[in-house]
Amino acid sequence: MNAPLLSVRDLKTHLFLRRGVVKAVDGVSFTLDAQETLGLIGESGSGKTMTGLSLLGLPPKPAGRIVGGSIVLEGRELVGLDEDVLAEEIRGRRIAMISQDPMTSLNPVFSVGEQVAAPLRAHDLAQGREAADLAIHELGRVRVPSARERSGDYPHQFSGGMRQRVVAAMAIACQPRVLIADEPTSALDVTIQVQFMDLLEALQAETGAALLFITHDLGVAASLCHRIAVMYAGRIVETANARTLYGSPAHPYTQGLLDSLPRLGRRRGRLTAIGGAPPDALRLPAGCAFHPRCPHATDRCREAAPPETRLDDGHIVRCWLHEDGS
Amino acid sequence: MTLLALHGVSCHFSMPGGRALKAVDGVDLAVEAGQTFALVGESGCGKSTLAKLVLGLERLHAGRIVFDGTDVADLDRSGRRRFRARVQAVFQDPYSSLNPRLRVGTILSEPLTARGERGRAVQARTAEVLELVGLPENAARLYPHEFSGGQRQRITIARALVPQPELIVLDEPVSALDVSIRAQILNLLQDLQNELSLSYLLIAHDLALVEHTSDRLGVMYLGEIVESGPSAEVFAEPRHPYTQALLAAVPRPDPGHPRASGHVTGEIATALDPPSGCRFHPRCPHVMEVCRSVSPAVHTRRDTEADGTNLVRCHLAAT
Ligand SMILES: Nc1ncnc2c1ncn2[C@@H]1O[C@H](COP(=O)(O)OP(=O)(O)OP(=O)(O)O)[C@@H](O)[C@H]1O
Ligand SMILES: Nc1ncnc2c1ncn2[C@@H]1O[C@H](COP(=O)(O)OP(=O)(O)O)[C@@H](O)[C@H]1O
Ligand code: SF4
Ligand code: SF4
Ligand SMILES: [Mg+2]
Ligand SMILES: [Mg+2]
Repeated sequence: MNAPLLSVRDLKTHLFLRRGVVKAVDGVSFTLDAQETLGLIGESGSGKTMTGLSLLGLPPKPAGRIVGGSIVLEGRELVGLDEDVLAEEIRGRRIAMISQDPMTSLNPVFSVGEQVAAPLRAHDLAQGREAADLAIHELGRVRVPSARERSGDYPHQFSGGMRQRVVAAMAIACQPRVLIADEPTSALDVTIQVQFMDLLEALQAETGAALLFITHDLGVAASLCHRIAVMYAGRIVETANARTLYGSPAHPYTQGLLDSLPRLGRRRGRLTAIGGAPPDALRLPAGCAFHPRCPHATDRCREAAPPETRLDDGHIVRCWLHEDGS
Repeated sequence: MTLLALHGVSCHFSMPGGRALKAVDGVDLAVEAGQTFALVGESGCGKSTLAKLVLGLERLHAGRIVFDGTDVADLDRSGRRRFRARVQAVFQDPYSSLNPRLRVGTILSEPLTARGERGRAVQARTAEVLELVGLPENAARLYPHEFSGGQRQRITIARALVPQPELIVLDEPVSALDVSIRAQILNLLQDLQNELSLSYLLIAHDLALVEHTSDRLGVMYLGEIVESGPSAEVFAEPRHPYTQALLAAVPRPDPGHPRASGHVTGEIATALDPPSGCRFHPRCPHVMEVCRSVSPAVHTRRDTEADGTNLVRCHLAAT
């Protein structure tokens, strides 16, 4: 089998704060193939964004640091690369990110055309007139209507959905191999969400890029992702292809989440809620971080963190319940 | 029994250049006692403005709001004070809606001390509402930041319960909460409704949640209700093309379910510059010539119940 396009192994990104250490990413492993979409699902604070930023070599300064693990892109180790090499050859060039809030990625005082051209200029792929033309081409690729006329407009003149397209155009301008989309649809209305997911799928087919799609929405992930990784408290607790994850989830957290959702076509009396609340990042529970909320927790769960167990068909789960079979 | 009825309610904002933004434009709806009426629709369609009108936080431009048989505009001072106790609100963001400098006990007793109540009765009521929302009694001594998001939303619900309201306006009560605790809060709201015979005006954009929790619903688009009726009926047989589009677009946690690609195209127009004729026509897959110029009349969804709360606003429904 070919080596995956991107391979992340035991990645650890910690934040050293005055109040203590937040293990935002604490032993995360996954792979991504070209053309593939991996959904990274988790609640707020579970470490999704920190994982994405780590791939770009951008853990938040000054507190954040990658303290372990490896990130291999097309055979090349990225952890430990010099900052100027990362900036020149990787970030925005081989790996690009569409971030959570389009307004923070867009500068209000530059036209959208100038902003889409900026990464092309920065990576010396085009200059001047040519860069401007390429930017218009990219705006067309993300289906901004009348791209040529609108390239001179400013971000505030666009709707939320169109702004998110502009951010996507910036991200794909340099033909990255890996595209990270961090909650790109969370602020959008459902009918606009559908349009944006169609766009991501089309871009992926056109460019062959791999997509890491970060979301807290199990519904959105289901309609787009080939495989899903579920994150809880800095760790991936379950990875499986989408059909398996939704059809026969193995981790109690995944099961609990799926059970708790109200679903169309079902008017039930009560929802099956998960008890408790997500943990405080500075005081993670010992052992399995989910144990205070888990209906199956035993003493072993309270004492030691479960290892990864491989079930069939690429299905990986971190839970003592499944350890016996391995 | 109808607890709250809105008749032709409008709220217009005047914008620079003398233009009017019709945030809410001629809305009819009715909330039955002990039931949940859900308002759904996309961002900016006027849901929160409608909620503020009901709460008296925004000025009514036209129409009538009738609560428990009385037009709210006709209430005298003491009637208005009573009304403000009987109708309470819970908003989306439990972080910004609680004063960080006050202890939870103070936050909960404020509505009572404001009307002159003191001492044991206030403490007893505080303890009672904390228990109702499933928080320990000692929560009263802590500050909001000492609680998680879900617990904070329990505190805002407790605060709404203090004056023993009959109607609670819930504006996106779980959308700011973590996915894993939404079900807890939804269950709590349902238990409280049963125990205390509360009526809810629920604003939500998650249609699966709305189907699960509401008795009736109204679908809003650019300030108007385009379809309303009993939830079970509207979900089983959505008549308005916009309701159909919204339902189709709901992201489902099922990879076998195809995405509703190409169902509706185009962007949501702004209320400042609504399209002519049917406001949905630039996005409607069934648009006809007449839709571009003629605003559709309101038709009843079914032959029964022609009471203004079981309607669809679409030319297709005329036939
Ligand atoms: N004070 C105001 N002045 C001017 N325009 C306003 C004001 N409040 C609301 N609007 C406008 O009225 C319309 C309806 O707004 P509203 O907040 O009621 O929408 P909503 O349905 O609650 O949206 P969301 O789902 O985003 O919360 C929007 O076009 C909004 O910009
Ligand atoms: N700039 C920062 N400084 C300190 N802590 C941070 C910072 N950014 C994120 N964190 C913490 O790191 C953890 C993971 O955050 P994040 O990756 O943003 O989560 P997610 O994207 O899953 O919501 C959380 O505990 C969060 O509070
Ligand atoms: S390891 Fe134990 S506590 Fe953790 S999810 Fe599995 S059974 Fe539950
Ligand atoms: S009136 Fe016409 S445009 Fe409007 S929803 Fe009905 S069919 Fe569509
Ligand atoms: Mg995030
Ligand atoms: Mg609102």
